[in-house]
Amino acid sequence: MQLELNEQQKMIQKMVREFAEKEVAPIAAELDEKEEYPIKTLEKMSKLGLLGVIIPQEYGGAGLDTISYEIVVEEISRKCASTGVVTSVHNSLAAWPIMKYGTEEQKKKYLPILAKGEKIGAFAATEPNAGSDLGAMATTAVLKGDKYIINGDKTFITSGPVAGIIIIFAVTDKEAGAKGISAFIVESDMKGYKVGSIFEKLGINASQTSELIFENMEVPKENLLGAEGDGFKIALKTLDGGRIGIAAQAVGIAQAALDESIEYSKQRQQFGRPIAKFQAIQWMIADMATSIEAARLLVLNAAYKKDQGSGRYSKEAAMAKLFASETAMDAVLKAVQIHGGYGYTKEYTVERLFRDAKITEIYEGTSEVQRMVIAGSLLR
Amino acid sequence: MNIIVCAKQVVEISEMKIDSSTNKPILSGLDKKVNDIDKNAIEEAIKIKDKTGGKITVIMVGEPDVKERMKELLAMGADEGILVNSPGDLDYSQLTTLLSGAIKKIGDYSIILCGEASTDMFSGQVGPRLAGMLDISQITYAQKIDATKDNVTGERNLGDTVVTLESSYPVLITVTKEINEPRLPSLMQILASASKPILEWSVDDLDVTLEQKVLTTDLQGISMDRKNEIYKDDSDDSIQKLVDNLAKDGVLR
Repeated sequence: MQLELNEQQKMIQKMVREFAEKEVAPIAAELDEKEEYPIKTLEKMSKLGLLGVIIPQEYGGAGLDTISYEIVVEEISRKCASTGVVTSVHNSLAAWPIMKYGTEEQKKKYLPILAKGEKIGAFAATEPNAGSDLGAMATTAVLKGDKYIINGDKTFITSGPVAGIIIIFAVTDKEAGAKGISAFIVESDMKGYKVGSIFEKLGINASQTSELIFENMEVPKENLLGAEGDGFKIALKTLDGGRIGIAAQAVGIAQAALDESIEYSKQRQQFGRPIAKFQAIQWMIADMATSIEAARLLVLNAAYKKDQGSGRYSKEAAMAKLFASETAMDAVLKAVQIHGGYGYTKEYTVERLFRDAKITEIYEGTSEVQRMVIAGSLLR
Repeated sequence: MNIIVCAKQVVEISEMKIDSSTNKPILSGLDKKVNDIDKNAIEEAIKIKDKTGGKITVIMVGEPDVKERMKELLAMGADEGILVNSPGDLDYSQLTTLLSGAIKKIGDYSIILCGEASTDMFSGQVGPRLAGMLDISQITYAQKIDATKDNVTGERNLGDTVVTLESSYPVLITVTKEINEPRLPSLMQILASASKPILEWSVDDLDVTLEQKVLTTDLQGISMDRKNEIYKDDSDDSIQKLVDNLAKDGVLR
């Protein structure tokens, strides 16, 4: 039993931390304010291999393990949660299902593009009336000749307005319920693909989230991912891995809240001494740090289980995502409280962290869905 | 063109605290890292290699934990590392004797690059001493280097003047922080660094005699007492009073 990063993982952590410090942190507040997508940061990240962390080397990626991937998402999110979620979705929701379920042709065609960051990846399962209940999806795909004709609306799609390669889900057999859903690799320049409204959000404002509209969208038959009817399984398995990424993002946000709180409480003077000297503040800091440590260990455990290759890590991923996102929310509440009135202003980073944290309890499965997954695996 | 870079492991000096009872710096528990300016030296070596071809060898002297730092430099782009195990605390003369012994053992080189100084002691002695011991020409405080096949031109930043020097090879150059922006290694470079060779040499492997010439007897922090004067508001009166007091203390002139 070894609870320490190996030498290579430590080097990766150091590199990403330095990168985030230098290139991500200085512009995070501005991108949030302007709701500007971090395109220049992503270009720099692609040069360092950070958009192809888990993609095998034969397809142009770094071919690293899930633990290294966790490190990358956590360190980027620590400075900018928006850039963190774009990284997570690109790697685990767009590249991973192609790695796992794609044909050799699909892997050769799409993975190098994603690894180099030439196109940004997205994942489109959610619909206006099919969120937690994915089986209720209404988007349809009908095979006509050598093309699927796809019709429907997707919503809350991270990177929707900018994505070039999107994993989408549609019903190919209405009678078969969840087993009638299929997955497709879609390119944004395919005929009938449209970006709908871009949402104005509470947080993660530098990551753009939109609707996607498919109007008689023509998708070549060879872009079916897996077999017809495999879509629901692919979506759930992909989200298991995605949740490790979101959990890592949540740990990054929580860690940032702690970093800011420690720094502020040491310099802020009240009643003639730094507020860090007061037990009320010390207890908040101690509780934050303890929960963050626990959350990080849960995330690393889920990543470790995924790397073992047995394919059984749904429960661990759900636990990590549930605990890390609730830890993030708790940490930002405390961080703003420690900062007092200043923490409520845009002058201080914790205001942004406060807005960014909430989504981690919602996307890629709400906390309630995570509890369903955990209970489901215990009460089988 | 073969390039040798001398690098040093230092403690994170910005985290260092002074023990108020003994006035000594507390060095234990501090993070260790590659001296920042040595990364500028590596970056410059990579740029020269990109232009002229050749091989970059990094030499570090220290305890075995220096290996971790060496790997960072290999990931950045150096080709091989030589770790000279330190027999204990060394003065500058002993340190440069070890370095020169290692460099003589390597033998074939055109340029030796060093940072202008290290962020911990900042003596700036190693580069010039080494050039002296090896009896080669030197360009110190270089803020710009232009290396060609036959010679190198370097701009020395002397604060108020810039002197441009030209030298044939071999030459030792110490660089300043301004010379470049050191790159971060990519994930692929980090992976590749694992298979780059690191040779470990001890004093016995080198043809050197170490003779201590300087004995460090004490290390003291500089204490600065604060006046703790508080100006209650930012009215013109308060500001005037602050300016007057600063002027009286000789801070403002």
